[in-house]
Amino acid sequence: MPKFHWEDFTPGQVTEYGPREVTAEEIKAFAAEFDPQPMHLDEEAARNSLVGSLCASGWHTCAILMRIIADGFILDAASMGATGCPEVKWIAPVRPGDCLRVRMTVLATRASRSRPDLGFVDARFDMFNAQDLPVMMLTSHLMLGRRAGATP
Amino acid sequence: MRFFEDMAVGERTELGSHTFTADEIKAFARKFDPQRFHVDEAAAAASHFGGLCASGWHTAAVYMRLFVAFEQREADAARARGETPARDGPSPGIRDLRWLKPVYAGDTISFAREVKELRDTTRQPGWGLMVALNTGTNQHGELVFSFVGAKFAERRKKS
Repeated sequence: MPKFHWEDFTPGQVTEYGPREVTAEEIKAFAAEFDPQPMHLDEEAARNSLVGSLCASGWHTCAILMRIIADGFILDAASMGATGCPEVKWIAPVRPGDCLRVRMTVLATRASRSRPDLGFVDARFDMFNAQDLPVMMLTSHLMLGRRAGATP
Repeated sequence: MRFFEDMAVGERTELGSHTFTADEIKAFARKFDPQRFHVDEAAAAASHFGGLCASGWHTAAVYMRLFVAFEQREADAARARGETPARDGPSPGIRDLRWLKPVYAGDTISFAREVKELRDTTRQPGWGLMVALNTGTNQHGELVFSFVGAKFAERRKKS
């Protein structure tokens, strides 16, 4: 049985997840598969780029955020996915060795009008490095099963 | 990568398509998004999705691979003309990312982009900001994925 349902989220609620360390190897591995641009692939080539040194693909940073919140609560929740992200901001480069943590703020919750077993949680996720500097911010519409009237 | 001056609002590019296999959906999900409907066929069949489907971040990552390949083809074409291609610029972010329908195992998604806006920026001298609508459409012609992305594009050096 999932521990968390839609009813467990209330506007203003703040929780923190992580940390998770990012290695140069995983930055390069993700980039080789999905985002083979010089600044993500190789230290030498990254020096000639606008960013100036090796950094993670923005999509990799999103995927890392997903993993941090999956381990943090999603895998223990009646998660039904997400419809999207109104905003994703890559604020500062994520470098090898960065220890990332995520702060989740619940912005709003609403029950689905068409589906009694489902509710939406609008949340903001701020990701910080070990120096407490923000590296990414995104907002998302999560879908969660409801405790009352939940389908089996 | 094209230079900022060579881009035009309204220009649409087909980036190519990709068929999502069950194995790669599960491999990506095990690393980044191990929810039951992304890693386990039986659990996915019993979920509200009704079948194994890709993490939304996997769909986005595959879009990126096709976009980078398109930029590399443009750079190769520039080199073939004896020109120096523009450098890759980073993205400050995206908005309106939508996962409109699930991407199921076996689905073939065709990705495209359309330039929406070309903006001057004072933040990065020598670069402009390009805003584009990016989409993914499945084999049934249904829009499954879209976002509006911004990216720095290098300007030609004034000689």
